[in-house]
Amino acid sequence: MVFERIRSIISKYLEIDPDEITLETRINEDLKADSLDLFKIVNEIEDEFGIKIEYAEIIETVDDAVKFVQEQLKEAQD
Amino acid sequence: MTKRVVITGMGAVTPIGGNIPEYWEGLKNGKNGISLIDKFDASDSKAKVAGQIRDFDPGEVIDKKSAKRLDIYCQYAMVAADECMKDSGIDTSKENMERFGVIVGSGIGGIATIEEQVIKMYQGGAKKVSPFFIPMSITNMAAGNIAIQVGAKGICTCIVTACATSTHCIGEAFRNIKHGYSDMILAGGAEAPITKIGVAGFVSARALTNSEDPDRASTPFDKNRSGFVMGEGAGILLLEELEHAKARGAKIYAEVVGYGATDDAYHITAPREDGEGARRAMKEACEEAGTDFVDYINAHGTSTHLNDLTETRAIKELFKDKAYDISISSTKSMTGHLLGATGAVEAIATALAIKNEFIPPTIGYETPDEELDLDYTPNKGKARRIEYALSNTLGFGGHNSVVCLKRWEE
Repeated sequence: MVFERIRSIISKYLEIDPDEITLETRINEDLKADSLDLFKIVNEIEDEFGIKIEYAEIIETVDDAVKFVQEQLKEAQD
Repeated sequence: MTKRVVITGMGAVTPIGGNIPEYWEGLKNGKNGISLIDKFDASDSKAKVAGQIRDFDPGEVIDKKSAKRLDIYCQYAMVAADECMKDSGIDTSKENMERFGVIVGSGIGGIATIEEQVIKMYQGGAKKVSPFFIPMSITNMAAGNIAIQVGAKGICTCIVTACATSTHCIGEAFRNIKHGYSDMILAGGAEAPITKIGVAGFVSARALTNSEDPDRASTPFDKNRSGFVMGEGAGILLLEELEHAKARGAKIYAEVVGYGATDDAYHITAPREDGEGARRAMKEACEEAGTDFVDYINAHGTSTHLNDLTETRAIKELFKDKAYDISISSTKSMTGHLLGATGAVEAIATALAIKNEFIPPTIGYETPDEELDLDYTPNKGKARRIEYALSNTLGFGGHNSVVCLKRWEE
């Protein structure tokens, strides 16, 4: 569920087919997103899940983003 | 020895046409580009109408990724610059681009971006502010982005004088080439102020009409005029040194022959009631051009009570009895007031009027005002051969800038 929502954000922002995005996809290298694209994507992920991502640099792959969001949501529940 | 300067390319994005041929068709036929504001929810706004750009597609000029990183005012400027360059036939690979300049201004710059980012910051904290906030919103970036777009490596600057902005840009570009500093300069302005904060600011300054009827809103020189109508868009002209233009067989629209720039030194928003500053700006432009008469004046004609009155007084004081022989029009009756872009789109209208021997009308004119008794070309344009013409702009801050254009003949 988190993955689908993040995938949707990335595909919309970069205007690419969602099928091109998997957990292993590296946002910078594979999708040719620069640091400024990443800024926008991280911002939208924050808004989507109502969380804060202090250091965008920790997110390299889509899986990094999914895990980070899941942890944050879990902490918020606890 | 000074050089002669001619206009060899033009591009425009306006509320009555998204390119030069459409813009001229609109001007000639008295097309009204003013409509009810729908770019934002204007239900709590006292100003209900504006000259809005419809169906803008930067398509081939700006790719999608770049467009996200450019305020709309810069996009208007770049699309107009692209049209201007194509129109000029310049092959930049064959030119000395170190002598190719850009002088393009904007009255406000990226106000849509500023508005959006301020809201983001107050809603989500400072961290939410885009890395592009500054390069998207600062006023010089139309000039900066055009320089990148065309590879112009000479002077690149941005003059900001409210509603007089782009006439100053054209005038300073003219002087720069006249005195040998550059061969070619893209000159003009761009503006995109139709946002909630932009309109609210001008409403509070009590500058705008409250009219809700798009056909009776921008009515320059009419007795019932009630304030100006905001507009948006861009105009870019290529000014070129005459011998350079001739050597490459360029098409020439008109010659730039004079420039006047003064200030009222009087009040932040109101013009001097006797129009003394505007009169001196027109006088300087005519003197540099070496003429004491002009056939056409594209007036500032904002449709505010004071502007139209003081501008008329200035014209009458300068030209005396001959003022009645001048064809005058305010094309803002069709486009609205494009603020920092207005001087550029009106200089383009003036050059096209000269070339096509046709005076565009002041539309929406119904009721004569006793003191405003000149020939404002009401409602219908007319054929007239123009030798010399002025394009006037007068801005908040008391800035007055005027350029004089002349029919081009071999």
